[in-house]
Amino acid sequence: MDWKWAGLATFALVLCSGCRHEARTFGDNDGFPDNLSEWNLFVGTPADFKPNDRVIAYNLNTPLFSDYATKHRFVWMPVGTAASYNDSDVFEFPVGSVFAKSFSFPDAATGKEKLIETRILVRTGSGWYGLPYVWNAAQTDAKLETTPDPVPVAYTRASGEKEAFEYAIPNANQCKGCHEKSKIMTPLGPKARNLNRDRQLEQWTQASFLRGAPVKAPRAAVWNDPGSGTLEARALAYLDVNCAHCHSPGGPANTSGLYLTYNQTDPLRLGFRKVPVSAGNGSGGLLYDTVAGHPEQSILVHRMESREPKILMPELGRSLVHREGVELIREWIRQRT
Amino acid sequence: MWGRQSCLLPPFRRLGSGPSESLVPRASRLKASCSQDWPPHTESRILLSFLLALVCCSCARKPSGIQPGPEFSKTFQEALIAAKPGAVITLPEGKHDVDRTLSLSVDNVTIRGTGIDKTVLSFKNQKTGSAGLLVTSSGFTIEDVAFEDTKGDGIKVNGATGVTIRRVRAEWTGGPNEKNGSYGLYPVQCKNVLIEDSVVKGASDAGFYVGQSKNIIVRRNRAEGNVAGIEIENSQYADVYQNTVTKNTGGILVFNLPDLPVKGGQITRVYENQVFENNTENFAPKGNIVAKVPAGTGVMVMATNHIEVFKNSIRDNQTVNVSIVSYLTTGNPMNDPGYDPFTESIYVHDNAISGGGNAPAGRIAASLAPLLGKPLPGILYDGVMNPARLKKGKLPNEARICVQRNGSAAFANYDAANGGKHVDRDLAHYDCALPSLAEVAAGGQ
Repeated sequence: MDWKWAGLATFALVLCSGCRHEARTFGDNDGFPDNLSEWNLFVGTPADFKPNDRVIAYNLNTPLFSDYATKHRFVWMPVGTAASYNDSDVFEFPVGSVFAKSFSFPDAATGKEKLIETRILVRTGSGWYGLPYVWNAAQTDAKLETTPDPVPVAYTRASGEKEAFEYAIPNANQCKGCHEKSKIMTPLGPKARNLNRDRQLEQWTQASFLRGAPVKAPRAAVWNDPGSGTLEARALAYLDVNCAHCHSPGGPANTSGLYLTYNQTDPLRLGFRKVPVSAGNGSGGLLYDTVAGHPEQSILVHRMESREPKILMPELGRSLVHREGVELIREWIRQRT
Repeated sequence: MWGRQSCLLPPFRRLGSGPSESLVPRASRLKASCSQDWPPHTESRILLSFLLALVCCSCARKPSGIQPGPEFSKTFQEALIAAKPGAVITLPEGKHDVDRTLSLSVDNVTIRGTGIDKTVLSFKNQKTGSAGLLVTSSGFTIEDVAFEDTKGDGIKVNGATGVTIRRVRAEWTGGPNEKNGSYGLYPVQCKNVLIEDSVVKGASDAGFYVGQSKNIIVRRNRAEGNVAGIEIENSQYADVYQNTVTKNTGGILVFNLPDLPVKGGQITRVYENQVFENNTENFAPKGNIVAKVPAGTGVMVMATNHIEVFKNSIRDNQTVNVSIVSYLTTGNPMNDPGYDPFTESIYVHDNAISGGGNAPAGRIAASLAPLLGKPLPGILYDGVMNPARLKKGKLPNEARICVQRNGSAAFANYDAANGGKHVDRDLAHYDCALPSLAEVAAGGQ
């Protein structure tokens, strides 16, 4: 027996028995695990989302619309690391950071939430990677699938309406479709203005996940809470989260010159009296991206209301119409002068 | 003595080197070895390394395992995600149903079919996504394959350096229809673009559309039955030559549009093309700029500078064979202070221009025909000049519109700015030469 091997073995045994249940990350040379459970983000039954030690659940002020899916968001960072606060942009997260966002729908038969997919966003030494995990039928674990098939979803809305559609899970490339900014993959949601609710910034700071957060951080409006901001503030918060990942300078849709960012004040960049460039069928025969006072003449609304693949916006991650979101944008355009 | 837990040790999933490869679902393939203790005896370790090396070699050298049948879309997309830089993805012969938008984001990948009519991807039953193929990586080459009936664009390449599209067909098989996808072959914000020996038919916007790009060669292609045959927009340094462009609404369009992040397109040569009978009724959805192109337009140059149109054969385009206009001709609002709507330094020479002008269409037709008579002259200029550039009513020499040696083609400056008050048909006023533009060398590289 080689003493070196023996020493290493003992060390590994001690290490592994101590850390078996710790959440963990995977680096550039590791390869990513086949099963969601291998990230050790949760304890007990995975579908119960009981977070492991130092795994924090969080919510956003205005979330991305994803076909009315319920979303469960968690973050973890390696011990001794923390994100650096930024007032306007996504925080700078340390290497090793792991985000997990799970999507579920109420099951038509049982009424219980049924998990469809969990998207992992992990930062390795070479950058961020998006990994789609698809839940098995027994809801015991999810498997990494770089090219997942669409999943049929049928459920009953709170209003009693039945909804049946093909839920498309983005493939590993499509993750980049939204998450790349100037060709560099990045998280989208965890910005100060969007996280600043329910004392989450304080919670992240106390957990040593965040450094440099001020006492008073910016706060985005909650799109469907009139108490949280003006109509315009809520509309821009909604467009920012649902559109600006592409429609911003450096975003994949910057080819259009339409920038739907939170702090946009230039009416032309918001599409007012701006002629479309390469909208093709998306124009719906309308002449301008947005027309003040006239949602019915605005290509922006037309595309939000469509379910046709070549017309609908956002291009990815939506197949149903977000009626409440459309109503917000309609009202905003109606009241613009 | 090594527990099974150590199977979680990273080396088991290690294969290849780049981070992009980490996305390959290879873990499952190697999973079986996890039931063994690790590390094994030295001999077995050597053996294992050897086996792993073998696996690696076969991954790198074996052509991708894309097979015809119901799994075609999925296996093709998997290959596109798993590809390593330098990979050649070969597509089998036959007609293959594709049900989704495909995408590529790995640099230096080649997609190769067996022929423009032999490997056919049919998107007739496309369920998700809009484009046929969306590429966001550099050093991209695609050859010998057809894209039929995509919901949206055929192939869109966004932000790449080095794009080669060779012997590729993008076609909407039902003929011209407003419901067809917008663009056939569509590089945007790219550098070094080569599109050759390709075919686009039926695009409801532009067949070949190069936008906001630099260093472009578009040659020996066929554009037929699209709204715009070939469109070079907000781009610099383009050579468009030896293309056959027919039965579109408009043949070859070179222009700049406002409100875009990349402006100032200029320096384009259009030569040795066959541009004839582009008289298809405009079937673009309203709201798009090409919806304003009058049916029967041969070559149109709008709101751009330093364009040389020469040695083309341009005939039987029933509104106008060659049209030189400012952006004001569109009637669109102009809100972009950084945008130059004027057209300067245009040199049209040595073209064979004949026929056409007998059935003018579009916005200006109603006013032009009574003003100029039918057939309309083969070369029309709207005469709109930037007042700030004029000296004694004339553009500086280097900014002039020069028209020389185009056979017996008639000409008119119809003075659009003054409602046609001073129509000028005298070619002697435009008998000048501009320096020839240099050849574009960098396409595709």
